[in-house]
Amino acid sequence: MSGHSTIHYKNPVVRWIDTRLPIISTMQVNAMDFPTPKNLNYFWTFGGILTLFLGIQIVTGLILAMHYTAHVSLAFNSVEHIMRDVNYGWLLRYMHANGASFFFIAVYIHIFRGLYYGSYKQPRELLWMIGVVILLLMMATAFMGYVLPWGQMSFWGATVITNLFSAIPLVGTAIVEWLWGGFAVGNPTLNRFYSLHYLLPFVLAAVVFLHIWALHVPGNNNPSGVEVKSDKDTIPFHPYYTVKDFFAIIVFLFFYAAFVFYLPNTLGHTDNYIPANPLVTPAHIVPEWYFLPFYAILRAVPDKLGGVIAMFAAIAVLFVLPWLDTSKVKSATFRPLYRQFFWILVITCIGLGYLGAKPPEGGYVIASRILTIYYFAHFLVILPLLGIFERTKPLPASISESVLAKHGGGGATAAAGAASAPENRG
Amino acid sequence: MTMRSAKTKAMILTRIAPVALTAAIAAGALAVPAQAAEETHALKSVHFSFDGPFGTFDRGQLQRGYKVYVEVCSSCHSMDLLAFRNLSEEGGPDFTPEQVRVLAADFPREVIDGPDDVGDMFERPGKPSDNFPPPFPNQAAARASNNGALPPDFSVLAKARHAGPEYIYSLLTGYEDAPAHMEMRDGSYYNPYFPGGQISMAPPLSDELVEYTDDSPMTTEQYAKDISAFLMWAAEPKMEERKRIGFQVMVFLVVLGGLLYFTKQKLWRDVEH
Ligand code: HEC
Ligand code: HEM
Repeated sequence: MSGHSTIHYKNPVVRWIDTRLPIISTMQVNAMDFPTPKNLNYFWTFGGILTLFLGIQIVTGLILAMHYTAHVSLAFNSVEHIMRDVNYGWLLRYMHANGASFFFIAVYIHIFRGLYYGSYKQPRELLWMIGVVILLLMMATAFMGYVLPWGQMSFWGATVITNLFSAIPLVGTAIVEWLWGGFAVGNPTLNRFYSLHYLLPFVLAAVVFLHIWALHVPGNNNPSGVEVKSDKDTIPFHPYYTVKDFFAIIVFLFFYAAFVFYLPNTLGHTDNYIPANPLVTPAHIVPEWYFLPFYAILRAVPDKLGGVIAMFAAIAVLFVLPWLDTSKVKSATFRPLYRQFFWILVITCIGLGYLGAKPPEGGYVIASRILTIYYFAHFLVILPLLGIFERTKPLPASISESVLAKHGGGGATAAAGAASAPENRG
Repeated sequence: MTMRSAKTKAMILTRIAPVALTAAIAAGALAVPAQAAEETHALKSVHFSFDGPFGTFDRGQLQRGYKVYVEVCSSCHSMDLLAFRNLSEEGGPDFTPEQVRVLAADFPREVIDGPDDVGDMFERPGKPSDNFPPPFPNQAAARASNNGALPPDFSVLAKARHAGPEYIYSLLTGYEDAPAHMEMRDGSYYNPYFPGGQISMAPPLSDELVEYTDDSPMTTEQYAKDISAFLMWAAEPKMEERKRIGFQVMVFLVVLGGLLYFTKQKLWRDVEH
């Protein structure tokens, strides 16, 4: 993002443009020549995948919006009109609905990649925090998008989630009615959600721009967690990572296509094919799968306000993570204990997701409580202490040296096994 | 010496701690009693021609299913989103446009149209461009004729129930005598596949009810299978196109992915990484 170009272009037209608006040299510096650690594994391809999915959601969403009608008595049938009468409307809608799910699959892998390799640590704290903002914006966007087809889950999901704000003391009810634009979820709610659902992805795009900008100041972290020391540690982004990212994108799209074309409704809820009916409450109101861990945390707390606070705290804790993790060593490869706690956290989050889909009764509630407490303990107790007590392994002097150690067959990491050392794959 | 053993002890402890924790958490999660699961009846397993990634609809079956709908179900269940023209569209029952004109005109109900020159609504025979005319003018009328229960619209019903076609088949063939201990509501019938077990729809099918002109058996099972397939098509009329394009996309992705893989391998061969 430098102000003045340092590259001298031979082509007079290119030079004329670039000396006035250095967009060509900026692209060349940031997207082509950008020095990138040479040891990135496939977990580093999800940034590109995420950018692609934002694009897919915006393009399919724009065309859906040309045929969709945001009115309580027309919305459901307008989506069916898209499915039946619009050319390739079924494709657009299934791409959009499953695109949201795969967007979240990618973002969760991306986040856990960051957790494993310590990508949130100095000097990338702000980059990480912008990432958490992106997660929040994605959640808001997907939540409001799910309301648009105006099925039973749209309506009741919106009712349950907006009702959470009523837990706020004194002003709660007023806030909820303000959100609804009335005394219940209704036409004003649908209209404003549509408006915001249209707006937020573009806000998201702007924040993604900041995210990438903040990335290009310190450059990428890498599986060794050791910062770039010399030119020998890096290779230009293009063609090395453009081709590798492209390959990973195609593999990811393969799984995405399998759902779009063969299991298009598997990730959704059948009740959303029943038109919204304020008089009939579904037996189980469950949010989309990507909200389930947070939903489990919400319901784990016996008190409504407490539950809401815990749910938001589950994300807020990620904001301050760079200061909770006291270890100077970034990559879990060199943190034998942290590596184990990392996998426990993964299991905990999957467990919370499982519990979020279960009715809030009996053993499910108890298990949710245990896992919720552990989730917070991981960040608030284990990470601060681990940095003090953990004995980390000796770090390689540079990326090049860590690569050599890996190929030299041996060293400390060889025995760790593939499961706990994903950096060895690919 | 003691320093050292204390250290190893501490190390062993810290090594074991995470494992123990996982075990504890897992035990907590697994201790969840099965009591929470409601009693649901496993659906009958039934094979449909459209199962699987290459499955397609059976034209004859969809045509028979339409006949069952018209002659039996359409007196109670609407199908608002379907138009007669859909019956001749690709990937469906494959009636000819001429047949569709006849089917539209012969539908048990006429279409309400209007207003005419003097402002009156009038009834006229259906045309291919018309949607299936509903049996009741509104939900209140539908409930009034059905003991207070509402017969759901059929347009997307097969997608609005878990394992739609299997569920509908099981429901239609699953009527039984109520267990002795069960207290039945007035005008309800025992059906273990329906949530709660009591459905307000009398068994709609019986053997020999609908006249089939092909050689298909005229049994409740066959009727149930045909209407289930028809409802799946109605809910997902673009299924065949979807699977066809899907296959092309998958092949394309595999080929492109393969090419990219080898490109990437060649490109990276000389980079120590
Ligand atoms: C006499 C009127 C009537 C006829 C004819 C009829 N139904 Fe129904 N149907 C109902 C009513 C009423 C309900 C609602 C039952 C309830 O909610 O308890 C219903 C519900 C259903 C359901 C939904 C069950 C659920 O999960 O909610 C299905 C599926 C169904 N009918 C299929 C059929 C099929 C297929 C036919 C034709 C073969 C048919 N019905 C014929 C009255 C009828
Ligand atoms: C971050 C990007 C986005 C996400 C995560 C997202 C998510 C969703 C989700 C989950 C649904 C419900 C799908 C369903 O079950 O049917 C939906 C519907 C919809 N979205 Fe988006 N969306 C995004 C971007 C956009 C954009 C940019 C637009 C418009 C320009 C848009 C327009 C629509 C419309 C019109 C619908 C209703 C049609 C339908 O339900 O299929 N979306 N969105």
